[in-house]
Amino acid sequence: MSTEIKTEKAPFVRVVKQEGMPFSKRVVVRICFVLIALVVCGFLINAITSYDPVSVYTIMFEGAFGNARRTWATVREMMMLALIAIGLAPAFKMKFWNIGAEGQILIGGIISAGCMIYLSACPAHVLLPLMFVLSAAGGAAWALLPAIFKARFNTNETLFTLMMNYVAIQLTSFFVAHWENPKGSNTVGIINSANQAGWFPEVFGQKYFINVALTLVFAIFMFIYLRYTKHGFEISVVGNSENTARYAGMNVSRIMIRTMLLSGAICGIAGFMAVSGASHTISTSTAGGRGFTAIIVAWLAKFDSATMLLISLLIAFLNSGATEIASKCKLNDYASDMIIGIILFFILASEFFINYRLVFRKKEKGGV
Amino acid sequence: MQSLISLFQAAVVFGTVIMFGCIGEIITEKAGNLNLGVPGIMYLGGIASLASVFIYEGSTKDPSPVVCVLLALVSSFAASALGGLVYAFLTITLKANQNVTGLTLTIFGSGVANFFGGSLNTLAGRFEQVAVPVTSAAFRKTSMLSGIPVIGKLFFSYGFMVYLAIIIAVLTHFFMNHTRRGLNLRTVGENPAAADAAGINVNRNKYLAICIGAGISGFGGAYYVMDYIKGTWANDGSIENLGWLAVALVIFTTWKSKNAIWGAYLFGILFWMFLYIPGLTRSSQELFKMLPYAVTVIVLIITSLKNSRDKQPPAALGLPYFREER
Repeated sequence: MSTEIKTEKAPFVRVVKQEGMPFSKRVVVRICFVLIALVVCGFLINAITSYDPVSVYTIMFEGAFGNARRTWATVREMMMLALIAIGLAPAFKMKFWNIGAEGQILIGGIISAGCMIYLSACPAHVLLPLMFVLSAAGGAAWALLPAIFKARFNTNETLFTLMMNYVAIQLTSFFVAHWENPKGSNTVGIINSANQAGWFPEVFGQKYFINVALTLVFAIFMFIYLRYTKHGFEISVVGNSENTARYAGMNVSRIMIRTMLLSGAICGIAGFMAVSGASHTISTSTAGGRGFTAIIVAWLAKFDSATMLLISLLIAFLNSGATEIASKCKLNDYASDMIIGIILFFILASEFFINYRLVFRKKEKGGV
Repeated sequence: MQSLISLFQAAVVFGTVIMFGCIGEIITEKAGNLNLGVPGIMYLGGIASLASVFIYEGSTKDPSPVVCVLLALVSSFAASALGGLVYAFLTITLKANQNVTGLTLTIFGSGVANFFGGSLNTLAGRFEQVAVPVTSAAFRKTSMLSGIPVIGKLFFSYGFMVYLAIIIAVLTHFFMNHTRRGLNLRTVGENPAAADAAGINVNRNKYLAICIGAGISGFGGAYYVMDYIKGTWANDGSIENLGWLAVALVIFTTWKSKNAIWGAYLFGILFWMFLYIPGLTRSSQELFKMLPYAVTVIVLIITSLKNSRDKQPPAALGLPYFREER
């Protein structure tokens, strides 16, 4: 009989939290992961289409920035996504899981389309500001309901806002059927194609100038709002710990409701931009899943305006690029969602290597 | 009478899709992980079953229905569990945010499924419509009992997956409430630190629950493809809508799988009711389709108002667990 004492070995690798990785190193880690993801995607596309990985990206670049029209389409998509992410940023910084951007965008879109249809005789300098204000109010109202219940009764906001999306989608279907043009098509068609009432006007000869300007204004506003105002400070305190906020004498319910009104309003404005500044029609795909993608954009950017714009650009590029590849190979353009999914997985994984480090088991020295 | 029977039948078929999704998500959430990737997982399950069977049916002259069904189920389970594994790896091992990872999984899954669903025929070099008649027929085969008037129609006129869903719901209920492993799993979801101190392997429980849960959710996708739309593919985003309804149903059942059995059928009735209410125009029908979502919101509000202890989500739902951070 042996009287050996079993000692458990230390685990081969263990995870240790680390804080304060320098900014430059963080950027390097993130860029590395995006590059690895792009290489993986390149090989994946290669396996499906038999283009070699290098020409895959040449074609994608061609598809996204090949000529002025394509570049503007990519920029438009980028601005749309960035604006929604900017709207979501304050809510998420407060750890209020507003999954309902999709619905808030649609409500803004419905209101804009309604204004275009019923008030087409209005002059543009009255109509556009009116649409702006009303769609913001609509989006805010859609966000208000879950916010009130969260603030008062602690009702789960993730699932509440999620359900509000589908109520909004059905509401959109209702209005699409109501406004359909021509009859029986089950689409609204291009609204006011004759007099272009309620369309964003061309500025400096650029169709999408206002989209860019609007998004950049909000980006700067949000940057200042979150960093340098009392509201922004309150949001980050509530986000870190509601109890701390209460202890410090903050009115958490009020902060929550106020922040969600702002978040919903910006998403509503994004709906206005989608209808007035891009598609000039309304359908259930006006939001098109951007409300969900924007959540990931806002989260990964840590709510920083410039980073949100950058990630939006990456996603818009992948979108147009993958669509180009798909049309070249007669495959369908859902490939872009697949590729975006993979790249986001990699970016999510990269966060781990920024916040934690791995400690390997050291060789034990000497005997016992 | 006739229309009531057909409403019930439509509700059962509809309910079965979301019942699978819901049970899988209940298992996942009981382990403390809110997986918003259910729609994506159901997509993966659906496309994997369709693709594998499509290749098999195309490669043999005389495909056997049994092999078809098994192949469809195994591949759907494997693909969805793999999706779950990615989610589990990112959220447990790499400690990524659960909601964001889940949403990414939804984007990824819908991308993969719609891409291959739309390109399957081109990629396989066959230019006919994607269809798997033999498998679909096997999935939709009913027993002899369906010949009985009324009762046969109400209870026996469905493919085997309808009954499988009920069996899985009952088994899950038994597992959660009457076995030691189930208790361990619930502890992990309620208080992972306590579970860890009691010697329960938190990470292994979470990994297993998420992967098995995802596999079960994936059956919902397979059932949708094989039975609901009869072995074809449609890029209309309906699996995504159903997936979110499955997430909603989890709340409706207050995290109890036995409630999913009637809850799912109730959702089905609410969803299809507009067809049976006379005098609706096409636009007001759309308003009626809000019902399941509106009802979920009401249930959500009521459960939060009542605040009764047995109707609450797992206490550690959505929170990451890191042993060194206590």
